[in-house]
Amino acid sequence: MPDSLKAALARFRRSHEFWLLAVILLLCAGLGVANAQFLTMQNLFDLLTSYAFVGILALGLLVVLIAGGIDISFTATASVAQYVALAFANAYGANWFTVFAIAMGTGLALGAINAQFIQKLRIPSIIVSVATLNIFYGLLIFVTGGKYIYSLPDWFATGIFWFEFDWGKTSSYGVNLQILVLGVSFLITWLLLNRTNIGRQVYAMGGNPDAAQRLGFHTFRLNMLVYCYMGVMAGAASLVQAQLAQSVAPTVLVGKELDVVAAVVLGGASLSGGVGTVLGTFLGLTLLAVLQNGLILLGVSSYWSQLFVGLVILISVSVTAWSQRERRARRVRA
Amino acid sequence: MKQETSLSWLQRVGRSLGGGTIGTLTLLLVSLWVVFALVIGDRFFSASTLQSMAFQMPELGILSLAMMLALLSGGLNLSIIATANLTGLTIAFMLTRTVPGSEGIAWVGWQLVAIAAGFAVAGLIGLINGYVIAYLNVSPILATLGTMTLCKGVAIGLTRGNVISGFPDPIIFIGNGTIFGVPFALVVFALCAVPVAILLNATPFGAKVYLIGSNEKATRYSGVDTRAVLLRLYVYSSLLAGVAAVVMMARFNSANAAYGESYLLVTILAAVLGGVDPFGGFGKVGGLVLALAILQMISSAFNLLNLSQFLTLAIWGGILIAVAAVPHLRALLRR
Repeated sequence: MPDSLKAALARFRRSHEFWLLAVILLLCAGLGVANAQFLTMQNLFDLLTSYAFVGILALGLLVVLIAGGIDISFTATASVAQYVALAFANAYGANWFTVFAIAMGTGLALGAINAQFIQKLRIPSIIVSVATLNIFYGLLIFVTGGKYIYSLPDWFATGIFWFEFDWGKTSSYGVNLQILVLGVSFLITWLLLNRTNIGRQVYAMGGNPDAAQRLGFHTFRLNMLVYCYMGVMAGAASLVQAQLAQSVAPTVLVGKELDVVAAVVLGGASLSGGVGTVLGTFLGLTLLAVLQNGLILLGVSSYWSQLFVGLVILISVSVTAWSQRERRARRVRA
Repeated sequence: MKQETSLSWLQRVGRSLGGGTIGTLTLLLVSLWVVFALVIGDRFFSASTLQSMAFQMPELGILSLAMMLALLSGGLNLSIIATANLTGLTIAFMLTRTVPGSEGIAWVGWQLVAIAAGFAVAGLIGLINGYVIAYLNVSPILATLGTMTLCKGVAIGLTRGNVISGFPDPIIFIGNGTIFGVPFALVVFALCAVPVAILLNATPFGAKVYLIGSNEKATRYSGVDTRAVLLRLYVYSSLLAGVAAVVMMARFNSANAAYGESYLLVTILAAVLGGVDPFGGFGKVGGLVLALAILQMISSAFNLLNLSQFLTLAIWGGILIAVAAVPHLRALLRR
């Protein structure tokens, strides 16, 4: 084994992601033994489909957290984007391209509003996003009267089913809209953060905003990009959710923002900026998904699933904090 | 002595025209009051309007106090609503199972025991929060996100999402009764706000909380046991959520795992509107009370004008941004 690979492996073994992966594999092995249903293709595809919405939002939030900000207005952004795009499609007709363009464009505009408030008025991002959550959501319900849209265009309701293949005798699988958008979002976010100059700048700005500014980074433009990216992701996620639910319900998304926050921070992203990876976010999301799915397959009443999620969050963040402190103490001693 | 107070009052008025959140908020409150008085007229001043305002404010007010304590130390307490609901359910469970039907000593005693049990639960959650935050160094937003989910999980698991209802009269009085026309819930709010204000402004503990919020490391190096202070702070925050639980269950005559969830972000909104720095160190109870009055006045006025409650939410958000932008705009003007 070359030395560089060995070093990379050693580094990975000490990382937050390694421990997450270990816990997930252990959990999966246990669940696989306990219930034959768990380790099936069917279950895997179902999980990916049902967690796509949270996953896409988590990727947007990850970028915001790395940049040193926070956004909790994304559920309201998603509600608005969903409503605008599908109301437009119903009224004037649309296709996949236009409906996504409208939803993501709406998200982009709302994200830009957030960034303007944060940057131009110098208001902390937590305050701005608490405020805009209420503004976007309040105005949406005020204008629409909170009415659901049940009749979606046929092509939208049917969705897509690509790369169909057969597995075993009876079942066939394919890539549906949820899995496609989730996959593309992961790819683009990974490329943005790891393979572009902008990604490095986002990390640097989150790690030390003053230093980044003095180095001559365009922090205004970077922040604009970050909050717009969150908005675009919220727009994409909103259509994925509407397609799965087969309706547009303006009141059901708001209130789910902390689920997304939980997935991202379980994945090791820091709320003080500069830290976080796409892999970590994927693993955090996987842990939550596997846990909830596993409990249901084990026959635990779904009334208790929140309790386990809470325990996992609490234990995970405590262990992480504790191990960090130990490492720091060891470094001081050495 | 009198001279001095009037001078400081004058100074405050002077400052209110030139700066300070309290000043901005007072101006805002007065101008809103004038606008609504002109638009709505007599109905805005009717006793029933005032009373309904005074009935609605205390729940949000007490919860905002609980949030404010955590915010002052540079933290956050996302678990206040879940704590309140679990506390409410504990009290409701005890009340409906143990309190005998006929009035007597046992009747009074069991009600007190029920409330005490509720506060024990609230205190325990506060201890968990405080321990994890202060001694394990977990960031407050994560720790309380965990306890929030945990508490809600316990509450949903035990009740299966059902409501527990039907309480004895004294409990219902807490939420719905009046003393000389003043809602008792408002009295409860005052009984929380005044001690919290004294605790923060006139005790060493309060001074330490502000110091931790400004610079935790410097506070620790100057010999303050920051961990003990934080632990106590989160217990107080939780106990306040417990008080809110009693008011809330008394007003609805029922308890549930999911009551008041929309309050969570509104408490942050109210506290920050009231001048509490979300990064800690600054904020007064007086500012929070003004902010609550502003929010409640808008809500009641919109109600009288038959405008949607969702429009109220949007206006609340807009006002938060406007007030938060004032310091920066003022600095721009000065330049």
